[in-house]
Amino acid sequence: MVDVAFQPNSVAPARSTRKRASLRVALKRKSTAAFLMTLPLILLVGILVVYPAFYSLHLATLNKSMQRFVGFGNFEFLFKRETFWLVVKQSCIFALSAVFFKALIGFVVAHLVHNVPAKGQRKWRGMLLVPWVIPPAMSTLAWLWLFDPSYSAFNYTLAFFGIGPISWLGEPNWARFSVILVNVWFGAPFFMIMYLASLKSVPEQLYEAAAIDGANWWQRIWYVTLPMMRNIIAITTLFSLIVTFANFDITRILTAGGPLDHTHIFATWAFRVGIEGSDLPLGASVSLFMVPILAIAAVFILRDINKRGNEA
Amino acid sequence: MASTLVIDKAAPTRTVKYGSMSRDRTWALRWSYFFLTLFAIFSLVPPIYMLITSLKSSAEISAATNPWWVFHPTLANYVQLLTSNQFLTFFRNSALVSILVVTITMLISVPAAFALARMRFWGSATLATGVFLTYLIPDTLLFLPLFKMFAVFGDWTGIHLIGKWYVLVIVYPTLTVPFCTWIMIGYFASIPKELDEAAIIDGASWFQTLTRIFIPVAMPGLIAATIFAFTVSWAQYLYPLVFTTATDQLVLPVGIITTLIKGDVFNWGQIMTGALLGAAPPLIIYAFLMDYYIAGLTAGATKG
Repeated sequence: MVDVAFQPNSVAPARSTRKRASLRVALKRKSTAAFLMTLPLILLVGILVVYPAFYSLHLATLNKSMQRFVGFGNFEFLFKRETFWLVVKQSCIFALSAVFFKALIGFVVAHLVHNVPAKGQRKWRGMLLVPWVIPPAMSTLAWLWLFDPSYSAFNYTLAFFGIGPISWLGEPNWARFSVILVNVWFGAPFFMIMYLASLKSVPEQLYEAAAIDGANWWQRIWYVTLPMMRNIIAITTLFSLIVTFANFDITRILTAGGPLDHTHIFATWAFRVGIEGSDLPLGASVSLFMVPILAIAAVFILRDINKRGNEA
Repeated sequence: MASTLVIDKAAPTRTVKYGSMSRDRTWALRWSYFFLTLFAIFSLVPPIYMLITSLKSSAEISAATNPWWVFHPTLANYVQLLTSNQFLTFFRNSALVSILVVTITMLISVPAAFALARMRFWGSATLATGVFLTYLIPDTLLFLPLFKMFAVFGDWTGIHLIGKWYVLVIVYPTLTVPFCTWIMIGYFASIPKELDEAAIIDGASWFQTLTRIFIPVAMPGLIAATIFAFTVSWAQYLYPLVFTTATDQLVLPVGIITTLIKGDVFNWGQIMTGALLGAAPPLIIYAFLMDYYIAGLTAGATKG
């Protein structure tokens, strides 16, 4: 501040000629400057995000060698394939159950952290956020090793309780469970941090008032905490739904879609078909099936965020 | 002092009246600690298991002794990886890509956020919403068209970007710029208008207002955005898997997975060491700058 205050004539000399220009010119210059400042952003988003997004629509209508227009041919082909319906089913199971458990665990853990004295909260928060910090590709390798068929550390531990060896990644339903477990492990800390931040913003007086009115802990959560946190819960859940639905790393490294395509989700199957099977148009058609769910979630997020803006 | 006196006065009645309540609270606290410990164990098992395995020799791993304990600790895995040129190349590629991406991200998103937060112009509100929307478009939707686009670009111009590590420097900003711009808009918008009005009255140009007022005041947000950009570009797995194949062009996550896993032979000691070393930079940043990290995490939904 001081620097600026003591430099009253620091306007660039080149611009001093325009000093007497009318207000309109000044406004015009301001908007030109603003436009130039956002230009790199507009170019980046336009060329590398918006254009490819529409390009994939075009790509999805071509044949494998990308020389002939086949219209909805790729989609018709997909609808006839059994694997495609497996992928749709698995994507829904995966995303919905993972988001549900992430939200539940995040909610419970946020309350637990909120419960302990403020002095120790930092330490707990620090430990509980570690899964979110490690690059998912790296931590999934650790899970892969924990699930290893012959040296599985989990089976070693379970053997003490007399529970027979489980084929964590070899049997379809256990593989589905494992993929979801790792995703919950990775994503729950995000919910925990978001909920903790919003728990701290609930005024203490509301709980005191509820306690005076004789509310038990369940009523306090239902009538005070949840309504106060509603917006954050909605935004976090929708956001996580998008990210989980589009997840790639965990499934790819853990099972690569196996056993027998039972754990493929849209992203991993699009990669398998598009890059490994070098059928880009078919892969693009597969990944386009993520769009409806993403669009619905995005609309609701935007609505909630605008609502927040109006409240503020 | 006054408050202690008041509490002392109320003490006898309070213990009688709320005795059961305080006992309830102690129990609630004990249960909280119990469950927190359980969840902390759940969170920390994979990283700790990485560490345990990384200290074992392959003989000890294949002997299938207690997996949770190291009987003959050795640093051989670390020595092997840190002296192998291949691994150091991955590390260098990762570091180069991440640093360049962070620089580009900041150069693009800070001026853009400033313009969108303060200098209203035609379509600025729509553009801000659009930036947020692009943040919601996942990488898994874009990798196939981007791959094709870069292939066509290579055919047209003769510049073949696919297969080179620097193609990642072009692609990663699509993941980092929208979010960083979005949270910087939030931070900039929270700066009182009087501050920049005063600067303008004193004759500062828009550029000076940005560098002398907005950047210093929004420093915490800037650090949070930088950390975000770094961790995202360090952890990205899909784009390098699609765009790079030659071993001297790989970045760390893909490099570890494609080179240390040879067919069905898993050298788990080395894989875990590599994974731990790959996870180290984000973990170290997190250990020292946890508050900024968390600020960036929550800013996406709470600001703006």
